[in-house]
Amino acid sequence: MILVIAEQRDGVLHQASWEAVVAAQRTTQAVQVLVAGSGVMSVAEDLATADIDSVLMIDHPLLEAYTPDGFIEAISQVVRSMSPDAVFLAHTYQSREFAPRLAARFQQTLVTDCVATKQVGDRLVFVRPMFQGKFVADVAPVALSPCFASFQIGAFRQDAVVRGSDSAAIYPQEVVIQDDMIRQEVEPPFQEAKQAVDLSQAERIVAVGRGIKSKDHIELVERLAAALGAEVAASRPICDSGWLPMDRQIGSSGQTVSPKLYLALGISGAIQHLVGMKGSRTIVAVNKDPDAPIFEVADFGIVGDLFEVVPAIISALSE
Amino acid sequence: MKIAVCVKQVVTRDWPLRINDSHTWVDDRDASFEMNEPDAYALEEALRLKEQHGGEVVVCSAGPPRVNQVIREALARGADRAIHVEAESLASADGAMVAEALAAPMEEEQFDLVLTGLQSDDQGFAQTGVVLAEFLSIPHATIIMEVQVGAGRVRVKRELEGGWFQWVSMSTPALLTIQSGINQLRYATLKGIMAAKKKEVRLVEPPAELARRQEILMLSVPERTKEIRLFDGAPAEAAGKLVQALKDDARVI
Ligand SMILES: Cc1cc2nc3c(=O)[nH]c(=O)nc-3n(C[C@H](O)[C@H](O)[C@H](O)COP(=O)(O)OP(=O)(O)OC[C@H]3O[C@@H](n4cnc5c(N)ncnc54)[C@H](O)[C@@H]3O)c2cc1C
Repeated sequence: MILVIAEQRDGVLHQASWEAVVAAQRTTQAVQVLVAGSGVMSVAEDLATADIDSVLMIDHPLLEAYTPDGFIEAISQVVRSMSPDAVFLAHTYQSREFAPRLAARFQQTLVTDCVATKQVGDRLVFVRPMFQGKFVADVAPVALSPCFASFQIGAFRQDAVVRGSDSAAIYPQEVVIQDDMIRQEVEPPFQEAKQAVDLSQAERIVAVGRGIKSKDHIELVERLAAALGAEVAASRPICDSGWLPMDRQIGSSGQTVSPKLYLALGISGAIQHLVGMKGSRTIVAVNKDPDAPIFEVADFGIVGDLFEVVPAIISALSE
Repeated sequence: MKIAVCVKQVVTRDWPLRINDSHTWVDDRDASFEMNEPDAYALEEALRLKEQHGGEVVVCSAGPPRVNQVIREALARGADRAIHVEAESLASADGAMVAEALAAPMEEEQFDLVLTGLQSDDQGFAQTGVVLAEFLSIPHATIIMEVQVGAGRVRVKRELEGGWFQWVSMSTPALLTIQSGINQLRYATLKGIMAAKKKEVRLVEPPAELARRQEILMLSVPERTKEIRLFDGAPAEAAGKLVQALKDDARVI
């Protein structure tokens, strides 16, 4: 049996949880889904629409706010009593925080950021990127069950979830947790000062990455953007270095955009960047490394030095 | 405050990597190496906390002898001493194995704060720090963008998805995994490099029963699933063809 751990905040299901359900449904095993929190009946009911054996629900006042200690303690009790063959999660910020430690409680290891599974003999094997997406690896935990795996956001389509003909049964789970087991004290989530630029409305975007080498060269990118009537955006390291403001960052910790044209200059194409732009209609990549992962999502590409290619594009546009 | 920083040595970002003959790892025999980027930010954060609150910064690394390079670099930037858990088998170890290798010597030290990078640039399992917190039985928080230290407590700013954040407090000792961009990095000075030569690096053997937790069965180059049109030729020619295609085929300009 595969136990999928769904994620919710304030009674709202994280959409990537459906993708983990799809990953589980694609195997030959039976599937159960676990949701933990406080007041999560409606999330459980939502999950029960999937074609799965049952939904397990941990509803406990101490789990109202997510804390790693609280969630690891509660979930490990249910994993222990159910003894699944595998535990699946979405590779979200939250699972990054608690799932490796949950797996360690079972002397196990979490295979993170998986994009597919394979059945090899009696072993479940996981496919995951390595070296920032340059390579892909088939990985298997050494110890057998339960194995723990988290799936990259977008690796499976949410709408591929198979729905059941009737609702799956929901089983409330008893767990024993006390106040003093939870060492983290959390404050409510917040956003930094309102974003000045809303890139989601831009029709064309020229995005720049670390290939630009220095702040002085940003001006070259701005000239190209002006010639295309495009907004300037960037990968995270450019904003981290203060070469462009934070509100120009595209990706999982920045904005999500889907313009008509997305031109990526000197961006390698790490998954955290791709999630923010892969819905763009036409993607162009300029990169000197022919193996850069950005070329996997691009429609058009030039393998070359951006310091030669960008001025050439600017002059071709003025012709 | 006694602060530990875990650093990993990884192949330099721009190194043209090739897969080894057995398809289980990369051929890194002549590669150049550097400090894993998020770990460099963790080190910088530790140095800043020491400057504010006093104490000591101890670099901890698990890996083969070549790892000494990044240890020396960390010492040159200002760390006080180092612990190197040394074994050839740690060269391509998974995160849980590294955490296990580091746990025993780090436990003895009774650190107040342990900082690690949030993930490594090579395997990217994003769990060495989290699993280490479990081995050390201390609370943890991940993807941290600011650290405030009080008496017996830390208050940290955790990055959430899509531009959201959250403050979390916990008692020390605690472990934090640090996100790139939390601060601006400093570089080693000549004086720092000279001073590093005299600093202590304690070599430790890994536990006898240490073994891999995850096995890489096969490493390969990802298959391209999407059609891509590559424009070649001299820059002017390639750029001309691209602009044409954007006008006539994609109709986006
Ligand atoms: C939790 C988390 C959240 C993250 N959130 C985001 C996010 O929201 N957005 C984001 O972008 N990243 C994010 N990242 C970081 C991400 O993993 C990558 O590190 C980052 O996207 C890399 O940026 P880059 O492509 O500019 O740099 P690199 O990966 O360093 O790539 C630079 C590229 O430039 C090319 N290049 C170099 N010189 C030239 C030249 N002269 N001409 C042409 N090409 C050249 C190189 O071949 C290389 O491909 C996040 C990471 C984590 C762990």
